[in-house]
Parts: sequence; structure tokens; C-alpha cells
Amino acid sequence: MIVQTLTFYLFSMTTIAAGVMVISAKNPVHSVLFLILAFFNSAGLFILLGAEFLAMILVVVYVGAVAVLFLFVVMMLDINFSELREGFLQYLPIGALVGIILTAELILIFGSWVFSPDAASVVAAPSLPPTEITNTHALGKLIYTQYVYLFQAAGLVLLVAMIGAIVLTLRKRPGVKRQQISNQVSLPIDDVIEIIDVTKESGR
Amino acid sequence: MLDISLTHYLSVAAILFTLGIFGIFLNRKNVIIILMSIELMLLAVNINLVSFSVYLNDLVGQVFAMFVLTVAAAEAAIGLAILVVYFRNRGSISVENVNMMKG
Repeated sequence: MIVQTLTFYLFSMTTIAAGVMVISAKNPVHSVLFLILAFFNSAGLFILLGAEFLAMILVVVYVGAVAVLFLFVVMMLDINFSELREGFLQYLPIGALVGIILTAELILIFGSWVFSPDAASVVAAPSLPPTEITNTHALGKLIYTQYVYLFQAAGLVLLVAMIGAIVLTLRKRPGVKRQQISNQVSLPIDDVIEIIDVTKESGR
Repeated sequence: MLDISLTHYLSVAAILFTLGIFGIFLNRKNVIIILMSIELMLLAVNINLVSFSVYLNDLVGQVFAMFVLTVAAAEAAIGLAILVVYFRNRGSISVENVNMMKG
């Protein structure tokens, strides 16, 4: 029990510290790296909760795709970040005030609520203990049967996002010479090759 | 204090969510940091969903967390694509005068 408690505090403290660094780091590249640290530690929290499939998905999707995409864009765009930080301190007091009030309210609520006594009777998909079935197995059984349409819809969302990103960033630049294979193929033969009768010993 | 309960996880998620909001307040000009703050907030929501799912013995919460993850990935892709187009047009990513892009 003590190990579990210590692990929880380690993961949660690191997640929160990394979150603080994400929003306060001077260099956006450092921000992205701290974001990756935050994702890794929340994956640890998920494993501690027993949701190992989501932990792995978090690492694969967030660290492997989203954070790398951020890193890619930060490094690709040539931006003067120091002038973007003007006004950082100007918004600090009001932001801190709103943040502290919100956290205090949320934690107060979390400290004082209880589950409804009949909450256990409205469970949609009760999970079996991990000794009987693994988390991944149980989730797979659920999303490929009961939630298969929603699962397909999630795939469609990703497809639309992909098409949208391509459409947004595709651009036609005028004045760029490209190879036109159809034009090359449809040239009249007289323009392309010339048949010459070579006379003997004429030097051609 | 030694026994980790649902409240502990919810508190972590609440702090993380507030950090996301705070980040939007703090970095008003830098869209990249704003997008990262949104990712932090979505992560906090996921922690909430998963911890409720575990403590209520209901797997649907984890299914829903997976859908939130999908939408977060799509949102990041579209947001960064818009950012790249904006940078191409204006040569900067300052969001102070985005409304000049109108029309």
C-alpha cells in the first residue's frame, strides 16, 4: 500500500510540475518536451488505476503523434518568441487569481461529495476484476460490439481531420515548372526525333 | 492521506485543468502554447473519466476517454494546420490581430 501511495505522489507531482513548466517555459521546444513528460507521467497514473490500454494509447497517440507534431511545427516555423512573451506578466495576476479560485472550488467539491447509493445499479458495462480478464481484452470486447458505430465514427473524425489538414496546407504556387507527362507523351513525333540518312565516311 | 482514493485523482485532474486555463491566460499571444494548454486540459478530463470509470467499475468511462483522445488528436492536427497557413500569410503567429484575416 505504501509503495502504491508513493508511486501515486511521484507520478502526480511530476505531472503537475511538468504542466507548470509547459505554460511557463521561455522556449517553446522546452514546453513541448515538458508536455511529453506530463503525458508519460499521466500514463503512469493510468497504469496505477488499472487502465493499462489507455496508458499505452496515451503514450502512442499523444507522445508519438501529437507531441511530435507540435515539435515539428515549433521547429519548422521561424518565429521570434521573445516578442510573443510581451504581456506575460501583465496577465499574471488576473490569471493566478482565476486559477487559484477555480482550483480551490474544484477541490472543495471533490472533498465533499459522495456516490449516490444506487450508482452501482446504473453501471452500463461492469468491469470484471483483473484476475479474470485483462483491461485490453475487456475494452476490445466492448468497443467492437456495443460501441462499434461510435468507434467507426471516431475513425471518420480522424479521416476528416486528415483531409482538412491536407486541404488547409496544400498550396498551388504559380511559376513553378513541373513535369507534365501527358504533354510529353502527346508530342508529335517530328518534333522529338529526326531520322537522318548517314552517308558513309561523311564524318557525321 | 496514505490511502489513495478517487479524490486524490480528481484533485490532480483539477490542478492540471486549472494549469491549462492559466496557460491560456498567461500566453495570450503564442498560439502554440495555447494549443498545448488545451491538450493539458483534455488530459485532465481523461484522468477524470478514467478514475471515475475505475472507481465505479464501469468500463464505458474508458471507452469515452478513448474518444476524447481521438478528438484531441484531430483538434491538434487541424489547429496546427491553421497555424501553418496563418504563419504563411502573416509571417508571425501573434494572435493579437487575427481579425485582420477577415474577408
